[in-house]
Amino acid sequence: MKTLAFASRNTKEILRDPLNLAFGIGFPLAILFLLSIIQSNVPVSLFEIENLVPGIAVFGLSFISLFSGILIAKDRSTSFLMRLFSSPLTGANFILGYTLPLLPVAIVQSVICFIAAFFLGLQVSVNLLMVFVVLIPASILFIAIGLLAGSLLNDKQVGGICGALLTNLSAWLSGTWFDLNLVGGVFKQVAYALPFVHAVEASRAALVGNYAGIFPHIWWVIGYATVLLFLAIWAFNKKMKGE
Amino acid sequence: MIAIQTIDLEKRYKEKIAVNKLNLSIEQGELFSLLGVNGAGKTTTIKMLSCLSSPTSGDAILLGDSIVKNSFGVKEKIGVSPQETAVAPNLTVKENLTLIAELYGANKKDAAKKVDEMIESFRLSEVVKSKAKTLSGGWQRRLSIAMALISEPQILFLDEPTLGLDVIARRELWAVAKELKGKITIILTTHYLEEAEALSDRIGIMAKGELKAVGTAKELMASTSTQNFEDAFISFSTGGGISI
Repeated sequence: MKTLAFASRNTKEILRDPLNLAFGIGFPLAILFLLSIIQSNVPVSLFEIENLVPGIAVFGLSFISLFSGILIAKDRSTSFLMRLFSSPLTGANFILGYTLPLLPVAIVQSVICFIAAFFLGLQVSVNLLMVFVVLIPASILFIAIGLLAGSLLNDKQVGGICGALLTNLSAWLSGTWFDLNLVGGVFKQVAYALPFVHAVEASRAALVGNYAGIFPHIWWVIGYATVLLFLAIWAFNKKMKGE
Repeated sequence: MIAIQTIDLEKRYKEKIAVNKLNLSIEQGELFSLLGVNGAGKTTTIKMLSCLSSPTSGDAILLGDSIVKNSFGVKEKIGVSPQETAVAPNLTVKENLTLIAELYGANKKDAAKKVDEMIESFRLSEVVKSKAKTLSGGWQRRLSIAMALISEPQILFLDEPTLGLDVIARRELWAVAKELKGKITIILTTHYLEEAEALSDRIGIMAKGELKAVGTAKELMASTSTQNFEDAFISFSTGGGISI
């Protein structure tokens, strides 16, 4: 009951902020349409919809980090969280209360992205269900990044880290805009040491029905998500204890 | 009956002592003001008593529960109205109150009843559907205190409740505090000395992490042979430490 009450509040805070909707849904859709228009006007295969839409879906999830990070950081800076810390809520109530509302938001965001892709030529198939399953650990990964950033940084810093750095990292190092093999070298090694390209490649494999190809990429995503979630819980609990 | 008893309560940040072996007892139903210049240790004390910060050593017993051994039990009995306005900005006044009632365990029906009572007590009906972020400072502060009271706490911490408010809004909050006197224990921190003088049963003055004096405003003035409370406060804050 307490967790649900807190989760309900967090859902309202996120959905009632028009900037969240504009960036979380509008921006990825705008890029999807833009790149599709570019593809239709060039003779080479740059942004085929089957390759593009999983990347855009993962890129869109990076805004979830921004939503959650800013929400927590603002709660801290306005003393709202101080009020809640003095209430009989447990650490689990807080972590679940911040995490639960964002999962459906992330899934709805991905669904909207794929619906838009249908109008751009993506074939409807049962594989889409597997894509959404694959995107769940990716969603948790980005939620955990937001929780961690919101627990450690103020809202302006979260805006810089999650709004600028993370969205760019998840865009450039995910193999969405260009094939990482074209760059190669250290750039490719760094990209494959991070989870973003693995989230995109696992989603691409799921979309074309190559379920074996989901692995080992999904393990990278689950591994990063688990570590970051534990780090976020640790950092949040430290804040709860006033340390 | 004693509501708050601190026992050698201490908070250190590396070499710096923020609160030094504080021993204080506050009666149930008392309105106790904790005064001090910036850095005196009053906010650290309030944070420890409201379980927002763990003491380095010592303890405090709030209505039978230790802040060290049973902070969860303490949290069920207290309400906190922080210095900064602590409201959910995109929620309406009614939603803010409902949220806090439910976080303290009220079911939907009980929460709705308590919300209606608070709206009436704090005369919030004209802004009940407004989002908190659209309210003026005075309304936000009033909402913040209503949120601290909706859980029916036995001990209420008011940290600088009238900071930045105009004189009318301040007097309205004084009326609220006076109405609560005797019913619940209130710990007030403020920089407005006339506020402490007008509202408090007793006043504690802290300086450099130590409690320099405790007593009524009259007792504190008498012990420093001063004609007004401000002079008494300055005397204690600048080094004339006397316990009454």
